[in-house]
Amino acid sequence: MILDGKCPSGPLANKWDTHRQTLKLVTPANKRKFKIIVVGTGLAGASAAATLGELGYRVEAFCYQDSPRRAHSIAAQGGINAAKNYPNDGDSIYRLFYDTIKGGDFRAREANVYRLAQISNAIIDQCVAQGVPFARDYAGYLENRSFGGAQVSRTFFARGQTGQQLLLGAYQALSCQIAAGSVKAFPRTEMLDLVLVDGQARGITVRDLTTGEIRCHAADAVILATGGYVNVFNLSTNAMGCSVTAAWRAHKKGALFANPCYTQIHPTCIPVSGDHQSKLTLMSESLRNDGRIWVPKKSGDTRLPQDIPETERDYYLERKYPSFGNLAPRDIASRAAKEVCDAGYGVGPGGRGVYLDFGDSIERLGEDAIRARYGNLFEMYERITDENAYRQPMRIYPAPHYSMGGLWVDYNLQSNVDGLFVLGEANFSDHGANRLGASALMQGLADGYFVIPYTIADYLARTTPGTIEDTHEAFRQSRQQVAQQTDRLLSINGRKTASEFHRELGDIMWEQVGMARSATRLTEALKRIPELRDEFWQNVRIPGSAQQLNQELEKAGRIADFLEFGELLARDALNREESCGGHFRVEHQTPDGEALRNDADFAYVAAWQYKGADQTPVLHKEPLTFENIELAVRSYK
Amino acid sequence: MDLTLHVWRQKGPKDKGRLTTYKATDISSDMSFLEMLDVVNEGLIKQGIEPIAFDHDCREGICGTCSQVINGDPHGPQARTTVCQLHMRQFKDGDEIYIEPWRSRAFPVIRDLVVDRSAMDRLMQAGGFVSVKTGGVPDANTILIPKDDAETAMDAAECIGCGACVAACPNGSAMLFVASKVGQLAKLPQGRAEAARRVCTMTDAMLEEGFGNCSNHYDCEAACPKGISVKFIAQLNREYFMALPKGHKEKN
Ligand SMILES: Cc1cc2nc3c(=O)[nH]c(=O)nc-3n(C[C@H](O)[C@H](O)[C@H](O)COP(=O)(O)OP(=O)(O)OC[C@H]3O[C@@H](n4cnc5c(N)ncnc54)[C@H](O)[C@@H]3O)c2cc1C
Ligand code: SF4
Ligand code: FES
Repeated sequence: MILDGKCPSGPLANKWDTHRQTLKLVTPANKRKFKIIVVGTGLAGASAAATLGELGYRVEAFCYQDSPRRAHSIAAQGGINAAKNYPNDGDSIYRLFYDTIKGGDFRAREANVYRLAQISNAIIDQCVAQGVPFARDYAGYLENRSFGGAQVSRTFFARGQTGQQLLLGAYQALSCQIAAGSVKAFPRTEMLDLVLVDGQARGITVRDLTTGEIRCHAADAVILATGGYVNVFNLSTNAMGCSVTAAWRAHKKGALFANPCYTQIHPTCIPVSGDHQSKLTLMSESLRNDGRIWVPKKSGDTRLPQDIPETERDYYLERKYPSFGNLAPRDIASRAAKEVCDAGYGVGPGGRGVYLDFGDSIERLGEDAIRARYGNLFEMYERITDENAYRQPMRIYPAPHYSMGGLWVDYNLQSNVDGLFVLGEANFSDHGANRLGASALMQGLADGYFVIPYTIADYLARTTPGTIEDTHEAFRQSRQQVAQQTDRLLSINGRKTASEFHRELGDIMWEQVGMARSATRLTEALKRIPELRDEFWQNVRIPGSAQQLNQELEKAGRIADFLEFGELLARDALNREESCGGHFRVEHQTPDGEALRNDADFAYVAAWQYKGADQTPVLHKEPLTFENIELAVRSYK
Repeated sequence: MDLTLHVWRQKGPKDKGRLTTYKATDISSDMSFLEMLDVVNEGLIKQGIEPIAFDHDCREGICGTCSQVINGDPHGPQARTTVCQLHMRQFKDGDEIYIEPWRSRAFPVIRDLVVDRSAMDRLMQAGGFVSVKTGGVPDANTILIPKDDAETAMDAAECIGCGACVAACPNGSAMLFVASKVGQLAKLPQGRAEAARRVCTMTDAMLEEGFGNCSNHYDCEAACPKGISVKFIAQLNREYFMALPKGHKEKN
């Protein structure tokens, strides 16, 4: 099947405006007849739920945490992009659009990315109106900083806690709607199935994580804003509970999964310290504004960093990419770090680290200035490593961080399943094969505040509200299926813990499907993942019962899905015979080791259809057409 | 290092609960406190014992999910540090460690170390927001905010909503939590319009939800992992007295 993203025609700059004129509306009096389910209360979900509630729809909002405010968006540190051009340094909507599409290695839709750039400015206005305390200059105006992949300063920030402040803004808007009665929140509730009636998304089946009750919720449309899937690598910068479960269960009900192999490995994370490691901590990309990355020129150099003279240091990013230097995009910076470590120049335990050095900046600006900019990050670094980064350079190493792939959606953010919309990191739409820093927050909020309110109305206007109740046969079946899976997990009573399986899966994914992929390794992964999955279903041990708070049961359910999804990720990576963005196939590189795209054969979105357990999924393609920009070799030299 | 843990185990809200002793062996000082508990839990699972339930998610000190009282201190011994960011180098071989849930009337125990903090969400719903709707707002730079005010608002806004202040307070008051939101929004022009009503509705809700009153012990500040200052409580009190006549009228 050739997929159609349904991008509007006409000049790029007018597409969204003209499209909005063609979208149907729901009259105010009719809005409250429609019920909308929003799964996820991160930036995308909370902004959507709050806005739809304000408009008058009846909204039910779900999250697995004990409060909507704790969604993983809270952890975003660095900032959010917008094309305000307040610093007068040459920014524009077009430039933000171009940087983003180039940053994504020309594997995203022009129309979506342009809309994102257009909406970016309204997001900043909205957040300021909500009371988000962005950084200000002495005149009281908003301040900006620069981020990777851009030569202008367009990133707005609230100390090192931008995600927290934006999410609290959205959570507060949501709280206002909960108080008003338009939104009902269901925290500590996990979605375990999507319910379809006559091919339309009509509700979800959930498990109440406190009581274990399995329950259905019916609605007129379902929105998934359930975040990313890089916990398939086990160790990542994501929160412990982040999973592919909601997206995967929707996939099994027919939603296409697009570009699962586009995963982002972030260059600046604190290296692994031992087998006990449960997650990896990001050190914000903003640090690369003032930190310089280097390794010793001599391999296996065991001297302390401060004892290595300037001439014996290799500032490899500055050397290889003189125009972007330390602010080279993430995929490039990560690969470069892996390269120098593979070649034996790495520092710290196991040689898996490079230095991020603030010495020069501290000398130039003073320690206080650096503390004012990054104090909380330096503190976090010290708590974890027991090292003082004002005195000695940080040690950093790449770690899985973000998923560009996700459920396939059209320009209206609707999946191929009628009535199922997907927002934020959970969809695949705007970042192509690599995401630039500070653009996920922008996308989540664009989707939730400013896109979905228009596009979902168009869908609802063409349906009759409230025709399906949760007593419908489809719900009964779904409930039964979910209960069966839960019982099955509990009855295995094997010898290994769920976490052990997660670690083993993570090892396979990181070694075979990580930063340097090859046909041999991917084929190996495609053999080993199903074996591990089989073992899981025979040998996992989950104590306790289903009728209680049972965190092992929750974890095991999520890992069971990763064990299926990991295979799809590897398959997609094997299919894509090119290197682009975060997807690097060693067979496809330029003589100097840069990613080599194959536009003739792979300028398409790979959207996979589920065909049943242990069946090979079917690939559908959405061709990417570029009317406004020329596909170029992505160079940051 | 090897440690002896005394952990609060409670099967459900109605169970009485008790401290149970476990050994944690071969613990590395680079582990976080929660990673140490992971190791203990894996051992329990292998013996067929239900693992210790505890809340956690980001493990970066920002989501506010983790919540344990360690040797009597909410979030443990290290100042300005959440449990998930506490590392085992703060302890030494042979230590005995008492691990308990947040204890407060407003936070019923769900299981083991997991408590119900939904009352804090309800405090926010009582007024912890600016009632602006999406769209139709002016350009961000038309609202000028003096740098110092923005910084003070941000100091308050750093609250992660963990509830340690409540757990630390002899009265179980949520004053520091409420003050941080009232303080942030009162400092910004965007929040001023509703400032009077907000301070009244949020403090009323605090009492309705079973949180105690503030009698200036300041244990909250000491326990707060984000170092939220009690000066925001003083500011809340000022806002409250200024608002009293006006705020209640508006509310009714
Ligand atoms: C450490 C870190 C730093 C970052 N820094 C930046 C930055 O500086 N700038 C930037 O632009 N981006 C940054 N990012 C990326 C960005 O934060 C995320 O991509 C973005 O916040 C995702 O938002 P979301 O709303 O899509 O999902 P999330 O915030 O992850 O929310 C997912 C929601 O779905 C719910 N959920 C998931 N599954 C289920 C289920 N089965 N049932 C019920 N509920 C479910 C969760 O409870 C949660 O509420 C960072 C990411 C990380 C990890
Ligand atoms: S004020 Fe401090 S202790 Fe209280 S909820 Fe906020 S962060 Fe936690
Ligand atoms: S787990 Fe998020 S703050 Fe501790």
